[in-house]
Formats: sequence, C-alpha cells, structure tokens
Amino acid sequence: MDSFTLTVNGQPREVQGARPHTTLLNWLRDGGLTGCKEGCAEGECGACAVLVSRPDGRGGTRLESVNACLVMLPAMNGQEVITAEGIGSPGHLHPVQHEMAVRGGSQCGYCTPGFVVSMAAEYYRPERKDGEHHAPNGFDIHALSGNLCRCTGYRPIQDAAHALGTPPADDTLGTLRTRPAPAPQPLHLSGPDGDFHRPADLPGALELLAEHPDATLLAGGTDWGVEVNIRHARAGVTIAVDGLAELRELEWHDDHVRIGAGLNLTEIERRLDGRIPLMAEWFPQFASRLIRNSATLGGNIGTASPIGDSPPTLLALDASLILASRQGEREVPLFEFFEGYRQTKLQDGELIRAVKIPLPLAPITGFYKYAKRRFDDISSVAVGIAMQLDGNNVSRIRIGLGGVAATPLRALKTEEALTGQPWTERNVREAAALMGQEGTPLSDHRASAKYRAAMLEQALLKFFFEKTEVVRG
Amino acid sequence: MTSLHERPHNGAVGDAVPHESASAHVTGHALYTDDLGVRLSNLLHAWPVQAPHARASVTRMDVSQALNVSGVVRVLTAADVPGANDAGVKGDEALFPTEVMFHGHVVAWVLGDSIDAARLGALAVEVEYEPLPSLISIHDAIAAESFQGAQSTLRRGDIHLGFEGAAHTFEGEFEFGGQEHFYLETNAALAYVDEAGQIFIQSSTQHPSETQEITAHVLGLEASQVTVQCLRMGGGFGGKEMQPHGFAAIAALGSVLTGRPVRLRLNRTQDMTMTGKRHPFHARWKVAFDEGGKLRALSATLTSDGGWSLDLSEPVMARALCHIDNAYYIPHVEVHGRIAKTNKTSQTAFRGFGGPQGMLVIEDILGRCAPLLGIEAHELRRLNFYQPGEATPYGQPVRHAERLEDLWAQLMVSGDFEARHQAVRAFNDSHPHTKRGLAITPVKFGISFNFTAYNQAGALVHVYKDGSVLINHGGTEMGQGLHTKMIQVAATALGVPVNWVRLAPTRTDKVPNTSATAASSGADLNGGAIKNACEQIKERLSDVAAGALGVHPNDVRFEQGLVFPLGHPDKGIDFKTLVHDAYHLRTQLWAAGFYRTPGLHWDRVAMHGEPFKYFSYGAAITEVEVDGFSGLYRMRRVDILQDVGDSLSPLVDIGQVEGGYVQGAGWLTLEELRWDESDGPNRGRLSTQAASTYKLPSFSEMPEVFNVALMERATEDGVVYGSKAVGEPPLMLGISAREALRQAAAAFGPAGREQFLSSPATPEAVFWALEEARQVQGEPVAADD
Repeated sequence: MDSFTLTVNGQPREVQGARPHTTLLNWLRDGGLTGCKEGCAEGECGACAVLVSRPDGRGGTRLESVNACLVMLPAMNGQEVITAEGIGSPGHLHPVQHEMAVRGGSQCGYCTPGFVVSMAAEYYRPERKDGEHHAPNGFDIHALSGNLCRCTGYRPIQDAAHALGTPPADDTLGTLRTRPAPAPQPLHLSGPDGDFHRPADLPGALELLAEHPDATLLAGGTDWGVEVNIRHARAGVTIAVDGLAELRELEWHDDHVRIGAGLNLTEIERRLDGRIPLMAEWFPQFASRLIRNSATLGGNIGTASPIGDSPPTLLALDASLILASRQGEREVPLFEFFEGYRQTKLQDGELIRAVKIPLPLAPITGFYKYAKRRFDDISSVAVGIAMQLDGNNVSRIRIGLGGVAATPLRALKTEEALTGQPWTERNVREAAALMGQEGTPLSDHRASAKYRAAMLEQALLKFFFEKTEVVRG
Repeated sequence: MTSLHERPHNGAVGDAVPHESASAHVTGHALYTDDLGVRLSNLLHAWPVQAPHARASVTRMDVSQALNVSGVVRVLTAADVPGANDAGVKGDEALFPTEVMFHGHVVAWVLGDSIDAARLGALAVEVEYEPLPSLISIHDAIAAESFQGAQSTLRRGDIHLGFEGAAHTFEGEFEFGGQEHFYLETNAALAYVDEAGQIFIQSSTQHPSETQEITAHVLGLEASQVTVQCLRMGGGFGGKEMQPHGFAAIAALGSVLTGRPVRLRLNRTQDMTMTGKRHPFHARWKVAFDEGGKLRALSATLTSDGGWSLDLSEPVMARALCHIDNAYYIPHVEVHGRIAKTNKTSQTAFRGFGGPQGMLVIEDILGRCAPLLGIEAHELRRLNFYQPGEATPYGQPVRHAERLEDLWAQLMVSGDFEARHQAVRAFNDSHPHTKRGLAITPVKFGISFNFTAYNQAGALVHVYKDGSVLINHGGTEMGQGLHTKMIQVAATALGVPVNWVRLAPTRTDKVPNTSATAASSGADLNGGAIKNACEQIKERLSDVAAGALGVHPNDVRFEQGLVFPLGHPDKGIDFKTLVHDAYHLRTQLWAAGFYRTPGLHWDRVAMHGEPFKYFSYGAAITEVEVDGFSGLYRMRRVDILQDVGDSLSPLVDIGQVEGGYVQGAGWLTLEELRWDESDGPNRGRLSTQAASTYKLPSFSEMPEVFNVALMERATEDGVVYGSKAVGEPPLMLGISAREALRQAAAAFGPAGREQFLSSPATPEAVFWALEEARQVQGEPVAADD
C-alpha cells in the first residue's frame, strides 16, 4: 500500500506516496494549511499544535492537542486532525479565537494558532469543572505550558483562557466528541526512504521486530521526531506500537499496578487519578501537556536517556518492566534495566510491554526536579524518593536519581546509610552529604557538576524538612 | 494644520482596539514570509554549508559531489556573486567568506528541489579548512586586546575631583550574558524575478530598505531594480534589523541564477548559530557616594562582546554609554566603551539596543552598594533621581524629570510597597528555607535613533473615489502593533472610521529610503508621516467642503466619516460624497507624507549633544520567592507604571509593556547563552542552540499577579497625538526581577553585606548567591532553625 487517508478539518484527504519521515506539520503546510507553524521542530514551542481525535474510553472522542512537528505522517493513517483553520475562520471566530483576539492575546501572531489549538483542547476537556485549577471556569492554565510566546508575556492569553465558558450544545467541534474516535489503522508503507509498519496487534509487532531487530519503535514520537527533525535520523524500518491494545492496559492487582508502556502520560495521569502520589507530583513537571499527550512511559524508559524524568520516579517506586518478544515475556527490575549510556537490557526483538509498580506504596514520597524553567524543561537533576518509617526509624527507602550519571540510578549508599536508622536531622544531614557524592555528574549548558551534586544533597534535606515531621537530634 | 500632539474630538487614537490582524492571527490565516512559498510553482529550497570551526581558512571547496545528489540544482559560492561579496553595510561581512570567523559561519548555499535534497547536497559539499587560533570568551579577547571599531568615552565633570574625599567609594566588576531574540518566526526570505524583470523579495525584515540596498549591491544592481516586501514578521526584537539582508541576497542570487523562485528559511538551530544576539558585556567600575548616599562619581570601562564583525556594535555601545546614568544624576562621569572582537556570531540590535546593558551596570552597582551604605535599595534609587534642570552626562537636559518622581510615588502607593516591604521582612524572619525579595527599579530611556539621519519617515496615503483609504508607510509590523496604531492615526487625521482604512504591506517601491523599524520610533516617525499625508489630503478636501458648506476652509471639521462646519455636526455632508465631488473637481486625493524629528543633534566622537527627542519613563516592582534548597524561584507579583504619553492604542501599549517586562526578566533570569570555550573539537560552538537548551519564559514564569498601568494625563507635545514610544523601555523594567532575587538571596544571610548575583540569575546562580549569604552566618541556616 502506498496511500492512505486521514481527515483534516472535516475533509478526508488521501495521501499518496507518503514517506515514513514526513512530519504531519510539513505535510499540512505543503497542502496550504500554513497556520500550523514551525518554531522549533522539537516539541518545545507548540507553534505547530493541532487537535487530534482520540477515544475517550466511553465510546466517544476526546480532542487532544499534540505537536504536529513530532508526528510522522503515516502514523496518522485513518486518523482525524483539526488545525487552527478548522476551529474557526475570520468571519466566524470560535469562542477561543474570539477571546484571544479581543484581549490582545496575539501580537506577532506566529505562536497564536498553536495557542488557539491548545486552548481549544482544554476548552473541550470533558473533566473541566468550574472552580478547579484556581480558575472560575476550571481552565488548567498548564494546558498551555508547551506553547511559547515571545511577545505578550502571557497575561492576556491567561485572561482569554479564563474568560471561556462551556461549549454550547450545538457546538460543531463539541458534538464531534459524541461519536467514536477513529481506531488505529494497520498500515505498511514501503518506499526508497524506508518501511513504515503499523501492525494490528502485539504478536504482529513482535513478528516484525524479530524480523527487523534494528527497527525503530515509534510510540508517541516525542523523541524520534526530534531525531528526525534536528539530527536528520532516518530509519530503514519503523514500527508504530502506540496503538497496540496490549500496550494500553492499566490494571490494579493486589500486589502491583500494571501500566501499559504504550499509554501516553496524560492518559496515565488521568487513569491513576492521584492514586500514586509520587507520580501525581511528577506528571505536571514532565515536559508539557502537548508532549504528555503523546509521550509514553515505554518510550521514556526505552530511550534510556540519563535525563529522562520517569526513571527517578519509577526507581523510587521499585518498578519493574515487562519485556515482550516472540519468545515470550520476562520481568526485569528497572534498577537493573539500564546498562550504560542509552544502553539497556532490551534484547533484539524485544520491547517494553508494561511497567509494574509493587503495592502497597511507600507512604512518604517526594519528586524534585531541577531545571531553569519550572515547566516544559529538561532536568539537570531529578530525584524521586519513597520512604517507609517504622516509628521514627527508616524501614525502607528508595531514591532514584537522574542527570548525575550515564544512566538513571539509585542512591544506594544513601539508602543503605538511612535504612534502619532514626529519621533525625543529624542522620539526614549525614546521609545528604553522602547523597551529594552519588553519581558522577558532569558540567554542561544546563548546570555545573557542582550544582548537580549540591542538588542531590539538598533534595534529601528538602524531603526531610518539607515532607516529614522534623525530629531534632 | 494642527500641532502634532493635539487630538481632534472623536478620533480613533486612544481607543483600545485589538491588533489589526488579530482575526487572521487566531485563525491561522495571517501569512508570514515562509507561508508564501506554497503559492509558487517550481520552488527551490536553500540549505547552508556551515563551518565546524571557530576560525579557519577555507583551503579548498569542491561542490561536484553535491551536484550529483538527486534534486540538487545549484551550489552558490563566492564565484557566483556578480556584485559585492558582502552582506553588511560596512564591507566587513563577506557573504561567502574565505576565512571562517565563527562556528557555524556559512561558506556555501545549496539549492534543491526539496529541502531534503538541499540538505543532503550541503552534506556532500567538500570543504577543507585550516583551523586558526580563535578567541571565544570576552576575557580572552580583552587579554589579547582584540577590539574592533571606535572606542568612545562619555565624560562629564572631573572624575578625580569626584572621587577625592568622597565619603564612600566602592569598586567592582560585573559580567553579564547576552540574549537570543528567539522570535518565533526564524529568518526567512523568498525571492523571484518577476514578470517585469524586477527582483522581488519577500523578507522577514525590520529594515526593508537596507535589505533592498544590500541585495542590490550583491547582485550588482541599482536599488530601483529590487523591491522588498515585508508582509509581517513573527517577531523581530531587533534581530531582523540587520540579519535578514544576507539571506534575502542569497535567495535573490539563487533566483537570478536559476530563473526559479528560491525560498530560504532558517531552522531554529541555523538561526541561533548564524545570527547575532544581544551583546554580552563586561564592566569594571568604581563609584563614589557622598555621606547621604548621593552619587558623586562613576568611572567605568564597558566592554561589549561584538562577535566577529561590527554590525551595529558601535551604536549599541553608544546607547549603553548614554544609559549608564539611567534615572540618576551623577556629577562626575568617565565611562569608556570598547567592543571586543571574538569568534562568535556578530552581535546586533536587541530591544533596548545597549540601553539595557548600560542601565544594568548602574542598577547592579546600586543593588550591591545599598547595604554597604546602610540605605534601603529603593531609597537609594529615589534619592539619586534627576531633578528638573539637570542634564545627562552627554549634555541633554532631562525633560520632565519630575514625571519620574511622580510615577515612582504613584507606583509605591498602587503597588502597596511599604506594607509589602514589611510583610516580606516578616515572612523572611519566620521562614528559614524560603525567602522573599521585593524590589522597585526605574527606567529612563531616550527615544530617537542616536544616528540622527535615521529619524525620518515617509508614508503614502490614497483616498479612492469611493471614500475608502489605503495607507502605506515605511515601518514594518513585527507584532508591536505599529500597523494598528497607524490605521488609528490615519482614521483620526482624516476623520473617518477605522474600518474605512486599509493598510497595505510594507514595500520599498511604495515608500523608499525608509529607516529600520527600530529604536521604539516606529509610531513616532511613521505616525508623523501618515498624519502629514492625511492632512495634505484633508486640506484639499477642506477647500472643496468649504464651498459646499459655505464656510471658511479652516472651519471645516472631519469626524467619523462626516464633514461639517465647526459647531454644526447636523449640517454635515458625508465624507464619501465629498470625496466623490472632489474627484470631479479634479482634486488630488493622495499624498506622500514625510516626517523628520526636529531638534536633534549628536556628536558621536565627543559623545555630546541632544540625541533624543524625549525620555520615556517607567518603574516596576517585583516580588519573588526563592527556595533555599535549590535556588528555584517564583514571581509572586509584578506592578508596573509606564509613561507612554497619551496612549495611541492602550491594548497594544499594555501588551508591549507586559511583553517587554517578561522578555527583560527572561534575559536576566533563565536565558543563558553558552559557547564551548574549551580547546576541544567543538570550540566556539554555541551549546544552547535550540529551544530545548535555550529557555525563554513560558507560562510557568508569568507573574502570579501582574498589574500594569499606563500613566495618565501624560501628553507629550511634539509627538504624534501626544503619545510616547513604548517598544523598548519596558524591557528594562525586568531589572526589578533581578534586584528582587538579589534581595531574596541576601535574606539568607546577615544584613549589611554586598550581595553579588551572576547574570543571568538562573536557579543555579541564585543558589550560589544564597549559599554565599548562608555561609556568612557561619553555618547553614537549616541547622539553626
């Protein structure tokens, strides 16, 4: 097959001779929908945001915003996209567009279509309730944290967001939500620039992976899209796994929670609904809503970046991974998964199917991320801590670290020093000094090695002073 | 003719209208230069060959392999240039260099049928380099005495006398970073040879006339053969004042050589590694205060890091020297300015144009010295304000000096400064791990180009037979709302509703010899020119109307599309009818307008004169909260009062003030440019070259409470409709964020000590600052609580 269709602003569009590395952004622009802009081509600025239709789990559709620069066009086979042009027109402004226009939400206007899209997604978010998120209309302003504006200083954009009401009953896009979202459509494209597969199920995916062990696995694409755009990476074979039902389960068992590796972070956040407090603390600090709407847990672990934000959290939670291949499944503790810089225990033909988090959860937890910007930034250091106290003695503590070595790691010496000891200021200070020496941090453009080491030490102190009852001694 | 500042009754100026393109912006219908390519067939795409050395000779270049890449059509090199191989105005910026001067310098451009083809072609161009010694850091450049351009000195009084017997003398050093413009739309140009043989260029440029001039000299043509249009820019901030010229010239050259339209758009990393930024500075200073804390003397040497070529570094330094006084009277001044030459991008204009750098030096001095003098920083600042009758070190009387004092006093009240000052102190006393800081800083910013000749503008206004109005002017729209204001000015001057006025894109064949849209002067200059053109037309129409209405032409009034005798709106006739009649009476219904700012003079060698038409005033209060475990901080509240004269367009002006503040605060907090200064293989490479590594403020940095107001009853006579410029001054209000962070960091230690703070004040920088404060206590605060 060398063609497929997708729906753009309500119209089916046939794509002929698509290449596996053409981005949705470039395709939309080449087709004349130039409201979609490239500001960075790495998912940082949101100027290319578009709405996509996704299943809401109840037979209807959610409209979610994603960065079109990170979406490989063939991954959109059979899917539905709405751009700023499709939300409203100059003669018929959508409420989001109207509020942005009249409140001075646009100056140069270049980032504006992307803001409109992210704002529309939040406008249509079914869970939005008046009074939540410190807003009269329940608008979560962090839905816009993945959109950068260099002109306004954001205040009028916030005002526009907070002025929005509820979609009226006959709202065109609103009613779109009541019909089922398009399901993932299997696809095999073959061409001189490489092959693109979207297998129908996990066995199919594992079969392909066995055949092409060097294939690039594509889930949310928030890492691969950057590789393609910025470093011009090209894959001989791409296998899209994000739609696989087997990778999209989230199940609570007596002694563990199992989270599908193909779920995106927004879905996980919504489905966990705060039941894992450490993850609840971590989610908002992971990139931006635009990224979380695509990025998967499997992807964040599988790329094995030393500055990925999920490993410190999951290491603290003592998580393990379910790896699947044609030969079957095996479980590997996350702690043992990372072998070196961007190297893991994944063998040829194997993928991450799920993440297992043991229950019960440690009752005291904290996540600390150090970056220049509070949201939508990459960690220089990230620390996850989960602790169980028995009386005032530490019965168990797990500390996950990111950004201080070639791989994510656990602060083993610190854990050992604290385990079995009274949780007192003196002991914590001693352990914090030890923690400052865990890892082998480097200096780079994000932070100095000295600051990274200092933050390890400070994170434990902050956890002590802010998360536990301070005991002197 | 009315005087320039006087507003007619019922005019459109002063209305809070949305941006004239707002509906197009929000629907994705607003077009930018690179959106126009899909409208052309047979388009070629350009991709650069960037050198991987900080400095090197190009010893050999072979493009033959590139031409073998499928889809590659042409490789542009120096041999292809029919005119001058130069992208600048000083002859020091070779379009195709034989000596690479910075990491990422472009040595050739590849044209291909697709962007991928051009990129692969660029990879196939074989270039051999002989690396040469390079200077990356400003320190290395100073040590090597590597300077460029003129060195200048600002001098007043007797510096020795100033220091002699002064009650307090302090000295110090301060180095601070530059800033990437990060306009959301990267540099872009689209060129073709049109049906009449004219070279037509769509360019994202703040200075179309100069883009035209440079393209013409590269092509060996005259200016009349090249037309440049700027539809709108997705942000400029000074970054498109000089930088677009070379890219436009490359697109035009490619188009001339291939006969096909050529599109050139930089991706973000190319834009960041190839184009100039705000100048980083180094300052060494010595300051004297009298017993009561009044400034007596300032001597300083400012060194800017100009990068590899001069570009606008000289005027940027001139403006830095002209703003080192900020709002403060300093009797004895001697400040030297010099421009380091380093192997980096050639630093250029950026909102404020050296003003922020000069101002930052004195504000840093006051912030550091206040505790040593035992005076609260806000008191020390106010104590030193210019008083009426005083003049700047370069000899310009400070007009309306009292306005700053008024504005400051109003803001202290509206921002509830005193009560919050106490509250912050109380908070800090009871919170060992978290401290708050509160600071207020002023801005006095000179308006006009220091280079006197630039203070002129033209406009072309047409009234068509049906009464509709089309205006053209020399300014460009980059989001600052200039076009919105110009429509309001034209509607006001002609006495018609704003929706009768259409504004056509900026083009060099409509209004020639324009100045850059820069120096905050766009509305002052172009507004003056539009008003002039409209009044010429209105005068002719008045003559026609006078006959019809039976009154003297001076007594004809134009309001909201109605023309009537003074005092008798009921006896009016329709503007459209009047225009129709005027046409039949053979009346010229269009006019070219012109404006030159009166009263300016400047001796750039002596650094003396009156370079500015007026000063723009403002002040900001910022409150921050700093986490002692990390140096991470939040902006709790910002209050701003800005003097924009009588605002032409309040929604636009408030937007400029807010955006300027956040951009200024970004420069001083998050935004950090890092170059590889090592001797490794990437020496000279910009390591923060993408949105993922260079962080501008996002929603999370927006102040939690953000109160912005414009000063009332602030008519500025001698400026169009009594307004004042607004583009640049608010950027420097961001200094209050840095001073608040200094206060908060200092609160971790004992009072009365000088608190140093690096710039940008990243969380890491703030952490080290507060650690230093904590260490003075003897041991960490956390242990004592």
